[in-house]
Amino acid sequence: MSKKTLQKKQLGRKTRRQIPEGQEEEFYRAGQWQLVWWKFRRHKLAQIAMVVLGILYFIAIFAEFVSPHDPLHRFKDYLSFPPTAIHIRDAEGRFHTPFVYGMKMGRDPNTFRPIYEENSSIIYPIGLFVRGDPYKLWGLIPSDVHLFGVGGGDEAMPLFLMGTDTIGRDVLSRIFYGARISLSVGLIGVAISFVLGLLLGGISGFFGGVVDEIIQRVIEVITTLPTIPLFMALAAALPREWPQLRIYFATTLILSILGWTGLARTVRGRLLSMREEDFVLAARLDGESEAAIIARYMIPGFLSYIIVSLTGSLPGMILGETSLSFLGIGLNPPTISWGVMLQDAQDIMNVAHYPWILWPVPVVVLAVLMFNFLGDGLRDAADPYVS
Amino acid sequence: MSDHVLAEIKNLHTYFYLAEGVVRAVDGVDLTIKAGRTLGIVGESGCGKSITALSLMQLVPSPGKIKEGEITYYQTIHKTESASTSNVIEITKLKPNSRAMRAIRGNQISMVFQEPMAAMLPVRTVGAQIMEAIMLHQQVNKAEARERAIDILARAKLPNADRIVDTYPFQLSGGMRQRAVIAMALSCNPNLLIADEPTTALDVTTEAQILDLMRELQQQYNMAIMYITHNLGVIAEMAQEVAVMYMGKIVEQTDVASIFRNPLHPYTQALLRSIPQLDDVMARAGQKKRLETIRGMVPDPYSVLPGCSFHPRCPQFMEGVCNEVEPAVIEVEPGHIVRCHLYASRTTKARAN
Amino acid sequence: MTEQTNIHSASQMQAQPPLLEVKALKKYFPIQRGFFKRVVGHVKAVDGVDFYVNEGETLGLVGESGCGKTTTGRCILKAIAPSSGEVWFQDPQIGRINVAELEHEQLIQVRRNMRMIFQDPYASLNPRMTLLEIVGAPLRAMNIAQGKELEDRVAEMLRRVGLRPEYMRRYPHAFSGGQRQRIGLARALAPNPKFLVCDEPVSALDVSVQAQILNLLQELQEEMGLTYLFVAHDLSVVAHISERVAVMYVGKMVEMATTHELFMAPKHPYTEALMSAIPRPDPTPREKRILLTGEVANPANPPSGCYFHPRCRYVKDICKTEEPAFEEISPGHFVKCHRAAELNLSGVRNLA
Repeated sequence: MSKKTLQKKQLGRKTRRQIPEGQEEEFYRAGQWQLVWWKFRRHKLAQIAMVVLGILYFIAIFAEFVSPHDPLHRFKDYLSFPPTAIHIRDAEGRFHTPFVYGMKMGRDPNTFRPIYEENSSIIYPIGLFVRGDPYKLWGLIPSDVHLFGVGGGDEAMPLFLMGTDTIGRDVLSRIFYGARISLSVGLIGVAISFVLGLLLGGISGFFGGVVDEIIQRVIEVITTLPTIPLFMALAAALPREWPQLRIYFATTLILSILGWTGLARTVRGRLLSMREEDFVLAARLDGESEAAIIARYMIPGFLSYIIVSLTGSLPGMILGETSLSFLGIGLNPPTISWGVMLQDAQDIMNVAHYPWILWPVPVVVLAVLMFNFLGDGLRDAADPYVS
Repeated sequence: MSDHVLAEIKNLHTYFYLAEGVVRAVDGVDLTIKAGRTLGIVGESGCGKSITALSLMQLVPSPGKIKEGEITYYQTIHKTESASTSNVIEITKLKPNSRAMRAIRGNQISMVFQEPMAAMLPVRTVGAQIMEAIMLHQQVNKAEARERAIDILARAKLPNADRIVDTYPFQLSGGMRQRAVIAMALSCNPNLLIADEPTTALDVTTEAQILDLMRELQQQYNMAIMYITHNLGVIAEMAQEVAVMYMGKIVEQTDVASIFRNPLHPYTQALLRSIPQLDDVMARAGQKKRLETIRGMVPDPYSVLPGCSFHPRCPQFMEGVCNEVEPAVIEVEPGHIVRCHLYASRTTKARAN
Repeated sequence: MTEQTNIHSASQMQAQPPLLEVKALKKYFPIQRGFFKRVVGHVKAVDGVDFYVNEGETLGLVGESGCGKTTTGRCILKAIAPSSGEVWFQDPQIGRINVAELEHEQLIQVRRNMRMIFQDPYASLNPRMTLLEIVGAPLRAMNIAQGKELEDRVAEMLRRVGLRPEYMRRYPHAFSGGQRQRIGLARALAPNPKFLVCDEPVSALDVSVQAQILNLLQELQEEMGLTYLFVAHDLSVVAHISERVAVMYVGKMVEMATTHELFMAPKHPYTEALMSAIPRPDPTPREKRILLTGEVANPANPPSGCYFHPRCRYVKDICKTEEPAFEEISPGHFVKCHRAAELNLSGVRNLA
């Protein structure tokens, strides 16, 4: 018996052991996705990543509701306001539910920078489902209820958990709204890469010959181009007067130009190796049509690989958007994205005095890391039949 | 040479600790390897024969561990032509990556695998790899090492050894690669060669060549061979002593003639009857016949069966005995041991497990 | 009947023609180089092979790896299109036809009766399909059965190969190597075929499981009246299961005879070397075996004359220049050797 078969055999037994006693039949009848899920479940980090990403996307979807403020609302009395301190114990030592003190703005007599002082006589409790800036959820449902904030109308001290930027907008709310753009750029970019990669990789792998040769050379040329200059060149070519929405789609398109090549190669490679599989030959001898072989035998065989490849390319897309927007050649205000927010950080003095405007950075890092962890877990689980 | 003991394995247990459970790959193995002799270990896949060999080399892959047992290696040091002393090395007490262990591996004991490519780096020439092994264990310069490499390749019957020395492994055919690997294994005159299915991937005619070569080199170098295979035919040709393994245990052990002429353990008997025998086929002259089979299949490696591990498949199963009491090792005849309740009364010397 | 070649002479020209007759079968794989895939040569995997298989018998096809035996098996079903040659099959529905010329519908039709089982029980089953889908695939794709009827037939097939019909909803990962081989067998037998190409069906299995599968093959052969082409490299196994054996060397057929005759009195020096090399589970010392020298010829660049001549102990000048014919030297015994008539070669010795 060959070593390879042996390994496979042992692996089969190993996988069998992942299920508790008495549930063998369930395991024997488990299809591909069930097995993938079982294997994925053993990857703790990936599961944590999945939860974190779930929360991030929840925030992105319900940004209006979870944000304490309108991201475009300028609080003129609170310019460059530092993150609000939350207290549970007041000056007299009594405990409360979390609250904030009222604030007084003054100015530094030398630099004219705003200085804020806590006024410990006024207490504003932090509440859930408080009324605040009016909004329309997804532009449809009007409301003014926010998940959390400081109630008490216009006179109350607003809650700025991450501070405000130089023109008095709440950084946290902007991060929440920015997630909408920054996290969806990846998804849409990946969707475009998916279609391109599957189509071109499929053509390449299935027809082979000259078509394959040409597509492969094109991929090679694209992958040799240096990323940032290429992005910059393409982004610079976008007309400035385009509406924001169109710029947004154009940017994702640019990002996906690099994304598809890797996927196309994966698809092609899998197709080529699958054509040689014994079970594909067996299917042909069973009288299955070429279309049925592709649909029933080959695509299910590499779908999981494609998902892995896609998850792997998401962080790149998020980083791409962030860097392009940071450089001012991607999205621009008034659109809110993490990259756009970081444009403020281009001024080193701003960063020095108001470091909280860098909050989008750890958020980007978190999102990218979580996608990487998720990708790792998926890669391990992708093919439950081989090691 | 004399029948002196080269290595001894006592009560070896090598377990694999996996998330899914413990695999008792080797579960109480005793073996004695005598200098200059060939010990064959035969069994089906997963019976623990390869892991026994890897344990001997301290090369058990993670998450496997030698849980219990002793492996002793008796190293002969030639002080002068006539006088020599023996140096006792407790292999199980050495750290797998220690200097002492590395000095044994490759130098005293070396190994040949089923896949010759697995033992060779594809990016370096055959000669460079053999020279490296020689220079690692012996104080010779590059030119001398090269000369020895050519010499050893020639002894492994590789044609044009002085040219082969500069070729890359992929330029050789399967049989030639296996010869080169054997040459590499022999480059430091080991006292023990562990051969793990070295001919399984080869064709019969090539297999015959390699077996012939190994026997010849064994004579030349006076080394012991531990030959691991599932092929009973190869065992018959190569081994002087045979151990049959089933689920991590040696179920029967004796000299090669007895194992084929007078097999005692029901597993050995069934194994021998389940392979097509050419003489038998020829004697039938065209008449078809069914083979005898062993019912069922090898159990899941995670399972621990009470009593004898072969009992669910055994044709001579005794209810209440085989499935409850673990059989002891019984020496039925001098030098013929078996682990089976059938022979409990015929024992000349029984020892508790 | 078509024109006669030397392959089917009077000896086997009985009332019944052979179920399968392969004539001058060739399969060359092009060697391509460079960007434009220029063909710079050919690997002659199968280089003019003639043989026949009678109804109800098992023909063993042996040879060393790379000799073209697997390719031959695949060409017969046109799983790989042969470069040239004829594959005449006596189809019970269509009648005698040349499979090598068939296309599309007709090919599917004939493949109901010619099926194949594979070596690797792991690679040959789609891990993403249940047993019902796997075994039912030929029935569905060939429009033989569907729905409840298909399920019933799958259940029947599983029972036949020794598996429980309740396993139908399971996936292959629930089964061991031997059981998977049974599944592959059930799939092959589902359309009720006449002829089976068995491509090394037991060489990936453990000894004890191997015996189970060999017995099953024999039982099914008797029950269903099957004919096997049994491709393998293990000569003991081939001897056990085959009535006749054919030996291939570097893409060519070198000898074909009944099992007993081929093993006991081989006529080709290569067969003799093969017989001598078989490892036998018998510790009795035997006479010095014949060890072949040199390497198997490269099928992309084979030697002149007889391909075996550089390694042959009995080589003469004619062997180096002229290719011998594959001739019937005694009834049913075909050899491709110039010296077949004069040489007295030794086979396996009968010790029983």
